[in-house]
Amino acid sequence: MPIQYYIYFCLTLFSIGIIGVLTRRNAIIVFMCIELMLNAVNLLLVAFSKMHYAAGLRQDPATSAGIDGQLFVFFIMVVAAAEVSVGLAIIVMMYRNTHSVDINFLNRLKN
Amino acid sequence: MSTTEILFFFLTALAIFSAIMVLVSKNPVHSVLWLIAVFFAISGHYILLNAQFLAIVNLIVYAGAIMVLFLFVIMLMNLNAETEPQKHIWMKLAGAISGGCFLMMLVSLVRQASELNGKTALMAEGNIGLIKNLGKALFSDYVVPFEITSVLFLSAMVGAVVIGKK
Repeated sequence: MPIQYYIYFCLTLFSIGIIGVLTRRNAIIVFMCIELMLNAVNLLLVAFSKMHYAAGLRQDPATSAGIDGQLFVFFIMVVAAAEVSVGLAIIVMMYRNTHSVDINFLNRLKN
Repeated sequence: MSTTEILFFFLTALAIFSAIMVLVSKNPVHSVLWLIAVFFAISGHYILLNAQFLAIVNLIVYAGAIMVLFLFVIMLMNLNAETEPQKHIWMKLAGAISGGCFLMMLVSLVRQASELNGKTALMAEGNIGLIKNLGKALFSDYVVPFEITSVLFLSAMVGAVVIGKK
């Protein structure tokens, strides 16, 4: 499959995530759109890893070129799991204080 | 069209449709369910690229653990379509237009990139995505980041407990 197809697909998913962050006011939906953007990047990393593997395979049949990309995806998933646990704790704390998950309440740093 | 191409376009359409439905759903619970559909489609893409370990990890970690956490929080707060705050229609339009401009800019950049021409991602073969090869690389070249990850998880755990107990 040409690599451009994967790039266009992942760009579309990433842009949908950006539009979600810009147009929604619910903090949890904003958080979910960030997860969507992370997943688009993950898929693109795997596609590039297979692209480099295909290029390395022509020189050496036993190559492991491109395995770094898949390990990066693994580490991104690890970091995303840690990020979600802390982020959801922050959202729960915000809900306890303001009884709402509306991000427009979070403007106290403005003044 | 080969089976791989049909599966690729089907999974792509499913992922994009579900991602749009995440945005337009009024009810946050429906948004979470559509996001799980996106993750399943992306796992299908991983399987098409023969990255089997990442496909399973994506399902277990994202669709299994993270999304259940989101569902728990949403149900704990009793959010539904009535309590959903809405932005003004002009703000929504401005956000959609700026996101669309971003997409168009990047697509035109990729179209101009001549070094990408003729490059293909290897589908349905290649063994670097298997757990044996990934494990060998993870525990030899990447063993230090792997150990640092455990510190990160410990700090995230402590942080979540500290924030939650306030």
